[in-house]
Order: sequence, then structure tokens, then C-alpha cells
Amino acid sequence: MNDTQITRISGRGIPLPGDDIDTDRIIPARFMKCVTFDGLGQYAFHDARFEADGTEKRHPLNDPAYKNAEILIAGKNFGCGSSREHAPQALMRYGIRAVIGESFAEIFAGNCTVLGIPVVRAARGDVEALRKRVETDPVTEIRIDLASMRVDAGGLTFDIDMPDSARKSLTGGLWDTTTLLLAHAEQTRAMIGRLPYLRRFN
Amino acid sequence: MGKNLFDKIWDLHQVATLPTGQDQLFIGLHLIHEVTSPQAFAMIRERGLSVARPDRTFATVDHIVPTEDPRRPYADGLAEEMIRAIEKNTREFGIPFFGPDTDAQGIVHIIGPEMGLTQPGMTIACGDSHTSTHGAFGAIAFGIGTSQIRDVLATQTLAMNRLGVRRLWIEGILRKGVTAKDIILRILADLGVEGGIGYAYEYAGPAVERLCMEERMTLCNMSVEGGARVGYVNPDAVTFDYLKGRKYAPEGEAWDRALGFWKSVASDADATFDDEYRMNVDGLAPMVTWGINPGQAVSVEENLPLISDLPEKDRETARQAYAHMRFEEGRPIAGQKIDVAFIGSCTNGRISDFRDAAAVLKGRKIAGHVKALVVPGSMRVKAEAEKEGLHEIFRDAGCEWREPGCSMCLAMNPDRLTGTQLSASTSNRNFIGRQGSPTGRTLLLSPAMAAAAAVAGEITDVREMI
Ligand code: SF4
Repeated sequence: MNDTQITRISGRGIPLPGDDIDTDRIIPARFMKCVTFDGLGQYAFHDARFEADGTEKRHPLNDPAYKNAEILIAGKNFGCGSSREHAPQALMRYGIRAVIGESFAEIFAGNCTVLGIPVVRAARGDVEALRKRVETDPVTEIRIDLASMRVDAGGLTFDIDMPDSARKSLTGGLWDTTTLLLAHAEQTRAMIGRLPYLRRFN
Repeated sequence: MGKNLFDKIWDLHQVATLPTGQDQLFIGLHLIHEVTSPQAFAMIRERGLSVARPDRTFATVDHIVPTEDPRRPYADGLAEEMIRAIEKNTREFGIPFFGPDTDAQGIVHIIGPEMGLTQPGMTIACGDSHTSTHGAFGAIAFGIGTSQIRDVLATQTLAMNRLGVRRLWIEGILRKGVTAKDIILRILADLGVEGGIGYAYEYAGPAVERLCMEERMTLCNMSVEGGARVGYVNPDAVTFDYLKGRKYAPEGEAWDRALGFWKSVASDADATFDDEYRMNVDGLAPMVTWGINPGQAVSVEENLPLISDLPEKDRETARQAYAHMRFEEGRPIAGQKIDVAFIGSCTNGRISDFRDAAAVLKGRKIAGHVKALVVPGSMRVKAEAEKEGLHEIFRDAGCEWREPGCSMCLAMNPDRLTGTQLSASTSNRNFIGRQGSPTGRTLLLSPAMAAAAAVAGEITDVREMI
């Protein structure tokens, strides 16, 4: 199966404040009591967005200015903590198509890539400038270009970075890994000759 | 030039290089649980795929199980639906399932080692970030997302990027009352919660060699809190002694051959590393977290940091932490009144942890205002603790002795904080909302320290009680 090639993404931004935002905050554990990911979008950042009685807190995702925006602007170490794919699934189903941040936890970044969501790193100053730009002018169109590894947000431009394999997966339309892995079934079977524990050391 | 364990095991398990530049890595042991696997089974069904190696896949249920009333069907309909899903999926694909009606059920990272499934030289994956625990045996073990579970189910392989290796060389002698939990909390405080991104951590040195397997598991368990997806200890006599006689461990001549293989994967004496960190545990005191990530920790003798003293990059999170925790800068952590004590989880839910806690609780009573939950990590741990009479010590002290599971580590079952309760917890995450209440607050510490806090009703130095 060949996936869509993802090279350019453009859309409006959501400036999310704070560093070290963990996956428990992206999707609290109690919403993981489900056997499908389908309904998770509505619970993205739930406890940061709503009081216990359901009233809305001040949060960019509740701000009408950022309604239908698709690019999340995060701080450092975004997505740390649990390996739950429920986190990127909730973001994707909420409508997020890319994340720009200073740094990302590894498992989270990998989980995003296999869903076709680019997570790109930028220098702290550039992320800050982008956040400010979007706060003052929420309709700013942010363009992420994975070919040139640049972001252009209404004239504010800067370099971005991501692991080379993630970039190749997305731009080559190879982000669904199962097909790639199945292609080497023969070599996989041959592992039995290399790994004595597969033969129970006999 | 010598090779380290990580590179040896990686090279052995590399199937191919993928067009993306990633390595295709064979997975020797795949562990699954009820929260992250149902969607993966749905994905392979949707594509008409099957499970490649049901004989290398093992399942249990831990996150959602109630620890008070384990009778089926569960009172929580959603929890019941989840356990039914894993029962059905494992039955359909012929995967061994250690359910609550067996004597082997428990937290996935506790039952793998205790059954001898976890062995040196393997690659181990599980849809759970604390899979790093299994690295204590000299394996490369890491957490994966649900789409990757799909990949392992369908192919027994994964697309991965090789990590760098940072050696953490640890010397010195732990003082009485100071544990592996305190070592790892100190490391997290020193290196930060993102310091390990891109690295596997090799824990080595005389202090690590002296740790028992359960302590090594505690150490490796929390590697991921520091950003390192993998943590490991080189296999040695302590490892082999632990494995001997376990259900899935090799026997007879196969055991001798296994020993040869296991020894061969250990880092060579002249192995090289991408980075090195050194620490000495001689002066280490019991540690307690005060914030909203596991790196925000101080020793019980210290005061909470002033935001202005912190490096610029840590201030924003510190501000959030103080706002959430309702603590004041510069105050001592000792004397902080607690509401709940939780002793359990994959970090500290093994028999030695309960022995440590019982040693403090024996002949004492917990403070009147404290609710203390003691939750064994597995059926085997529970049986062992009861054989030793530890459950009586806990009950006499006023604690609740529960059925095995993850419980209040992440509060997907009925065990949870309410309101702004403050919990002294032996688990691994103090994230906002982690223990079930969005405004609940968590302090991470060792089992002995949690027991001491339960008795005193506040954070106190356990060394004064033993
Ligand atoms: S005990 Fe906690 S950290 Fe460990 S597997 Fe269960 S929920 Fe995860």
C-alpha cells in the first residue's frame, strides 16, 4: 500500500503554552477506556480545557480565534510520558495535521509519523516568534515545507528539523510501516538461525 | 574496539534496512495488555493479516482491573468490554493470556521477569513506555505505540532508528533506607526529563552490580521518564541466579548454552559509548518529587527550589508545578502533609518493595487522616507476600491490601485521588491528573519513604524510623 506523500502542510496555528506537556495531559487515562480510537478527538487536552463541572477554562483550544486551526505550536519535550497512541490519535481526530515545537519525546514523535502527522523541531526563539505571531494574528497562514525544511508564516521564516527517516517516510509516502516490513518476510524467517533463544537453545 | 550490549543485540536482531533508512528489527518477545492492543488487532483484521508469532506473544490485563472486587462482570462496563476484547483477541489468535483467573496475572512488566520470559539478549516490545523495565536483564526493551503493535503482531518486526548509548557509571554504597528508586530520582533530577532523548541508558559500575534484580528493574523502569526509551544493565551472575528455575527459563543442557549466549551479549570491557555520566551514591539521601514531572525532585533533606535559581529552560514548567501543587518555593519537602499513600506499580510493586514497606509499618499505625493502598504487582507477588505474612502487617497498620494491578498509578480503575488530595506514591509519574483527579497531586518516592509518610501523616525521613 502506498500512502499519500506529505511534503507541504499549510494551515492556521494553535499556540499552546508550556513545556514538558505529557501524554496524560493530551489525553487523560480515563478516556482510554475504549476499544477504538474513534471518539477521542473531543477529549484532546480535556482537563486543561474543562472544569470538573464541564465549564470551559481559558485554553487555546477553546478560543474561537483558533477554531479549525490545524497546526499545533508546542514547547519543549512535548508528548513525554506514556507511549499511548491515544495521544496523537486524539490530536489527529481533533483536526491537528502537524506539530511544530522545540523538542519532542521519541515515542510520541514516532507515533505521529506512522499516522502521517509531521512533528518538526525548531529553535526556541523561532517557536516563540511563531507563537507571538499567531497570537497577534490568528489568521496567519503557516506553511511547513518538508522538502526545504523551512517554515513560512506570513513572512516569518525559519529552519526546521526532524529525523531523516521520518522525513523520508512522510515525503516518500512510506509512513505506513506494515507494508515495508512485510516485504522482508523471508529475512525475518531467517532470524531463527541467528537467535538461539528462538530455538530454545537446542 | 569493543562493542556495547545495545549494539550487539541490535545487530543480531536487524532483519534489513528499510527504504526510509530505518532498521527493521526483529522482536524476540512481544507483551500486550488490554489498553493499547484492541485497536491493533482491529487494524490487522481490517487488512486481512494474522499474528506472525503467537508463540512469542504473551498477554495479560493490568491497567483496568479493579483491585477491590475482582468479580466478573466488572462493575465498570467499559472495563468489562476491554477485558472481553483481549480475551477474544488472544483466543482467536492463539496467544497465551494470563488473565485474573490464573495465578500468573499481574502488571505486564512484573510478570514477564517473574515467569522467566524476559531474558538477556532479547529485543522486547510492549505497548507501554515502561517496557524499559525488562532491560534490567540485559535486553533491549522499549515501549511502542498501537500502530507499532500492529506491526509486531503482523510481522514480529519493527521499523526503528538505532539509539546512541549513554553509560551511567554508578559508584559508592547506598546507605540504609536509600534505594534504587532514590538513585533513579536523583539521575532524573540531574539530567532532566528530556536529557535522555535519543539515548539508551546503560547502568553500570560497582553500585549497579550490587543491586538485586528487583532494584535493577526499578532503575531501568524509570529510564523513560528521563527521555531514554531504553535502559539496561549487563547480565551477570545476579541475573542468571534470578532466572534459574523460572517457568520459561531454559533447563539442563539448554541452560548451559543459554548462559554462553547471555554472557556473550554483555558490553565488552573496552566497549565505547556515545556519552558518559558518573555518579557516586555514598551521600545519597531519600528523594521525593515536588512537581509535575519526575525530574522535579529533591532529597528529603532539601528545600524546594526557588524558581529564580533554576536554569531558564526549567522555569516555565516549575511555575506550572508550583501552581498545580500549591507549594511554596524554598520550603522543605519534609513535613508536607499527605492524604493518600500508594505502594505498588511496575516501579515498586515487587516482593522486595513490600518487604521494605513492611519493615517500616511493622508494629506501627498509619496516621488517622491517611488512606493507604498497598497493591501487589502480580498474583505471584501477592501469594509470596501473604506467605511471609506481610499482608497482616499492612492490615494491622491500617493499610488496605488489594488485588494485583496498576491501580492508582494511572487510575483507570476505581482507585483514584479525589479533589486536591496529595498522594505519596511509589509509582513513576507525577503528571497533572495522573492519579485520577485533574487537581490531584502526587509525590513520588520509595516504598520505605511512602510507608514512613503514611505513619507520620507527612513526608518524613525514613532513616529516622529504621
Ligand atoms: S503500573 Fe503504572 S506505569 Fe506501570 S504499566 Fe501500570 S499504569 Fe503503566
